[in-house]
Amino acid sequence: MSVKTLEIDGKMLTGVAGETIFSVAWNKGIRIPRLCHIGGISDVGACRLCLVEIEGQKKLQASCLTPVEEGMVVHTDTPKLRAHRRLIVELLFAERNHICSVCVMNGDCELQELATELGIDHVRVRYQFPSLPVDLTHERFGLDHNRCILCTRCIRVCDEVEGAHTWDMLGRGTNSRVISDLGEPWGASDSCTSCGKCVQVCPTGALFAKGKAVGEMRKDRTFLKYIVTAREKKQWIE
Amino acid sequence: MEEWRFAIQIAAFSGRGDPTPIAETEKPLPAAVKDNRDKLLERAMSRHQYSGDALIEVLHTAQELYGFLSPERLKTIARKLRLPPSRVLGVASFYHFFSLEPKGEHTMVVCLGTACYVAGALGLVEVLQRRCGAGSKVSVQTARCIGSCGLAPAVIADGKILARVTKASLGAELDRIG
Ligand code: SF4
Ligand code: FES
Repeated sequence: MSVKTLEIDGKMLTGVAGETIFSVAWNKGIRIPRLCHIGGISDVGACRLCLVEIEGQKKLQASCLTPVEEGMVVHTDTPKLRAHRRLIVELLFAERNHICSVCVMNGDCELQELATELGIDHVRVRYQFPSLPVDLTHERFGLDHNRCILCTRCIRVCDEVEGAHTWDMLGRGTNSRVISDLGEPWGASDSCTSCGKCVQVCPTGALFAKGKAVGEMRKDRTFLKYIVTAREKKQWIE
Repeated sequence: MEEWRFAIQIAAFSGRGDPTPIAETEKPLPAAVKDNRDKLLERAMSRHQYSGDALIEVLHTAQELYGFLSPERLKTIARKLRLPPSRVLGVASFYHFFSLEPKGEHTMVVCLGTACYVAGALGLVEVLQRRCGAGSKVSVQTARCIGSCGLAPAVIADGKILARVTKASLGAELDRIG
């Protein structure tokens, strides 16, 4: 395996060929913001929060999808990037109905955390206030489309780790919506195994366990690394 | 057919008007023709060795044969190509070419590409929405640039391009097809 040396935020780091900038940075404690990436499943580059500047390249690159190259000079936190990230998060807030004060994930939500980190105290774009349903047909879980940011983590974990592929994305653009099977209510899904992986990986309160009150839902994502390591290396380690 | 309605409601959640209720079965056709269509679809799938990679081609064939993709059809295709149903609906709903609802006798596609938009295509959509509501013989669709910007605003009426359409000429066309 060939080793690549590169510079990220002034630090000389190394990664193996094929490894992403994102992964090299995070391993060394450089926490590039992200919403669609989650370790253990494939990356799709949907949220664009992990954009970085690479010297000599005009376009910003999604670090979760860009493999490291020898001699790269990468900046992960510049005023330009912060401005873009801020706008992306504002757009996410404006696109659906994210009301933290009544959300089960208040206090543990990745979207909320990111907004706080970026110092977002107001949204400059017009709220869309779409009228969206809440699917409470599943025995144990619920899906509130108002809080979904279309990161597709649920779809990928269901397909790649559980193997059920219950979820997918309907439509496109602002009309996109997470669906189960042929668009039927979650509770009527034949393929869902009720494993709850999608609920645990969902960054917001869109997927939640029933019976939780405001701010009570906490998600545990450690299982993903555990299962993936076990499957790939036949090692059951924490 | 509750499930299907749910899907349609989702599909129609676009703010582009009310969800159209779905016919439970397709338009009655002579039995011979109908059998033939099923066979043609089957043949299209077997030509691709029932490979999941051929999903778009198969959906294409089904759309052309039946005019729209019913939930039963999508379910059959999913099963035969060994694909998860959610992916099949996901793909079918992604492309404007596929329709999940039966189309009316006539179709009007209003181009909303930049040139047509600037030339007032939205006004045409309004006329159509007003005149072709629920139960109308005319299905109204929009498209992003049909590549005939010189004819803006353009409308495709039953496959024929109408050029430099005005509200009045569109009204006259609707009167003509009844
Ligand atoms: S439901 Fe959650 S995990 Fe799934 S796409 Fe929406 S925000 Fe992402
Ligand atoms: S984490 Fe890279 S695009 Fe979302």
